[in-house]
Amino acid sequence: MKLKVNGKNHELDVEAEMPLLWALRDELDIKGPKFGCGIAQCGACTVLLNGEAVRSCSYPVSAAANQSVTTIEGLAKGDKLHALQQAWIDHQVPQCGYCQGGQILTAAALLKKKPRPTDQDIDAAMGNICRCGTYARMRDAIHAAVKSGAAQ
Amino acid sequence: MSQLDRRHFLKITASAAASFSLGFYLPDTALAADAPQLNAWIDIQADDTIVIRYARAEMGQGSKTSAPMLVAEELEADWKKVRVEYATAHDNLRTNRAYGDMASVGSRTIRFSQEYLRKAGATAREMLIAAAAQQWGVPASECKAKLGVVSHSASKKSLSYGKLAAAAAQMPQPKDVALKDPKNWTIVGKPLPRVDIPDIVTGRIRYGIDTQLPGMLHAAVAACPVFNGTVKSMDASKVQNRRGIVQVLNLGEFVAVVADNWWRAKEALREVAIEWDVGSNGSLNSTQLMAQFKAGLTQENASIARNDGDTLNALKQATTVIEADYFTPYLAHTTMEPMVCTAWLQGDALQVWSSTQNAEATLSVAAQTAGVAPANVKVHPVQLGGGLGRKGSQDFTRQAVMIAKALPGKPIKMLWSREEDVQHDQYRPASLVRMTAGLDANKKVQALHIRVAAPSLFASLLNLPLQNGVDPQAVACFKDHPYDIANSLVDYVKQDTNVPVGFWRTVGHSQNPFVRECFIDELALAAGKDPLDYRLSLLPEKATRDRAILQTVAKAANWGAALPSGVFRGIAETEGYGSWTACVCEVSISSKGEVKIHRIVVGIDPGYAVNPNNIQAQMQGSMVHGLSAIFWGENTLKDGRIEQSNFHDYRMMRLNEMPKVETVIAPTGGFWGGVGEPTQAPLAPALANAISAALGKRIRSLPLKNHGLSLVKA
Repeated sequence: MKLKVNGKNHELDVEAEMPLLWALRDELDIKGPKFGCGIAQCGACTVLLNGEAVRSCSYPVSAAANQSVTTIEGLAKGDKLHALQQAWIDHQVPQCGYCQGGQILTAAALLKKKPRPTDQDIDAAMGNICRCGTYARMRDAIHAAVKSGAAQ
Repeated sequence: MSQLDRRHFLKITASAAASFSLGFYLPDTALAADAPQLNAWIDIQADDTIVIRYARAEMGQGSKTSAPMLVAEELEADWKKVRVEYATAHDNLRTNRAYGDMASVGSRTIRFSQEYLRKAGATAREMLIAAAAQQWGVPASECKAKLGVVSHSASKKSLSYGKLAAAAAQMPQPKDVALKDPKNWTIVGKPLPRVDIPDIVTGRIRYGIDTQLPGMLHAAVAACPVFNGTVKSMDASKVQNRRGIVQVLNLGEFVAVVADNWWRAKEALREVAIEWDVGSNGSLNSTQLMAQFKAGLTQENASIARNDGDTLNALKQATTVIEADYFTPYLAHTTMEPMVCTAWLQGDALQVWSSTQNAEATLSVAAQTAGVAPANVKVHPVQLGGGLGRKGSQDFTRQAVMIAKALPGKPIKMLWSREEDVQHDQYRPASLVRMTAGLDANKKVQALHIRVAAPSLFASLLNLPLQNGVDPQAVACFKDHPYDIANSLVDYVKQDTNVPVGFWRTVGHSQNPFVRECFIDELALAAGKDPLDYRLSLLPEKATRDRAILQTVAKAANWGAALPSGVFRGIAETEGYGSWTACVCEVSISSKGEVKIHRIVVGIDPGYAVNPNNIQAQMQGSMVHGLSAIFWGENTLKDGRIEQSNFHDYRMMRLNEMPKVETVIAPTGGFWGGVGEPTQAPLAPALANAISAALGKRIRSLPLKNHGLSLVKA
């Protein structure tokens, strides 16, 4: 099957039911999406599928075939960071960082739908687990990215 | 020199033809003769890049930035030109521990290494100055180092460190170096951005789980669901010929499926028919364990941790006796990155990539498991997807090496499922504590007996002898309680169970302050006093840091000011990890038991605040870590098995539940305390005291969900 990841086309010969996460990590060596729970609870595996946040640990790779997948590695435009990535640096959001790729992509999907999210929008969208507890800084960083006006 | 070693060596030398190391030797250490130009901590390259090595793990605690800041401060380096690189356990072995202790545990990186790190920087600075002075023919005392440049003001000469490094490396090591007065610090104490964050937000950073090697295979494992059980028999015929399955191994203690993709391995593992020998613990449950702990509360011949005055007699004389039992449960860590280790055995050479909090222990366990000499083992540093105390233990490293040993020549990445992680953790020990206080006719506390019934981390996990039979973590913050109570008895009855225990972030201080500081509130209530005033009346003048942090945080939280109707406060304080902490919580509770946390004010006096922004992050994160445990955290046992398995039944706090947290960093100087763990300590008691005030009913056990309480956003 064909899979487009971060703008690059890949040919894959895997089981249809293999989760997208393991096709990315173990077949294509794209390590940004992380394994955290395997049951779509924690969101560390979050990727964008046609701009929508999906939990790739529980998403069959066949359902993503011929579509466009973006992982954290593909969020920046070349050397230019996405506004959220810059805000994440400015606000020193990550601690261990393991969940942060998934968090940033979840926030990116939110901003695509709601360019000016309220705190309630952020509460509703940002359901990924962070064991380090970076939640307060994430919220600040999302608001800052919106303010920077470059979040699109 | 092995191939990899040589490649590493060549890379360093080729990238900077004139890269020189300023040899810094710790006492009793000597660098190996084959690499005299590599020093322990600092390399200075011709282009003025300064490489500072970091010898511990980075798991989100920020020490990969803070520790090098200490070196750079004394070196008078330009922080913008500093690049941080990991030291390795194999280099530490080769150099007779030039990097000292490499473990990232006990909030100890800064407080245990600050002196030798600062001396490393200062020594290098003096050698650079000496080299410049020699070149200019002026006294070293007339030269100054600042921002990576040595200058001589009289002759208006100056040279950058990069230009001086070659000559400086030849200078004799000064024996005694003066360290800077903290008031002159220019790097330490500044809120500097962490060095690893840019690579985190772009996904470039590599965790243990991201290890990728040519021909690498993936392993999924299952250990007996009853602790210490073994594999009786195994039938893998159903999966052996499946796509991608390389081998199914019965390794006695566990079964491993090795495949070309981890998902294939994990899926196949579910269909391997395994018969377990569960041993004698197959019927153990939490009720039995509680009964066992309860018996410990009244057992005679307890081990004595503290014995001031004559407590038992004073209790007999008391006008009023207040007795209360407090319970805190077993807790799994659930680091976001589950246990993972890659091992590659080639002949008698072993390489390991392990998400470890203790690379030296990893090396040692890996060597022992593989049966190779420690000198033949390399432990490659990786970022950790959280540690929380779990990754100091090397059970998973051992498993990975056992698998690698069964498939020599193949790199094997072994990853635990989340279910394996929750059910085969080394849990924060459960603990049952009986608090007994004797009050005189004026309601003044005259005697306090603290009886602890809990497993021992030191005896069962570390296999260390207990001093006077007491586990130090089991009596943390009891044995050293600062209150002025003339008769204080703290004793301990060790509980041996089949549940493996481990260091869980904040360890004994994650549970005992809940007991102590809630009971202090019970005494305040009995005396009819305000909880803050009561504590201050009970804290002697010499407990200056306890008093100071308590008053600082109370002030920041407007303690005593009127609250809206239905809102209640709680306060607590404790020392922990060499720092002093206090917390104030404000809550309201609906008739349905929904707890709104309106405000958390948490403060720390760590002596010196090396990177305040990072300390604030640690404090904010500690509140989240603490609240997950306080509201929902417990691991229970049924039929010898842990009943929880994943985040759906072992619940973690999420962003939408995050309350407002205000942090107060109040360093008073003169000592070095930890920052990664301590601030979780006063949270549980401050919150429970507020909740108890709101309910008019004392909370004496965790988690709160068992009291019909839930967390809702304020």
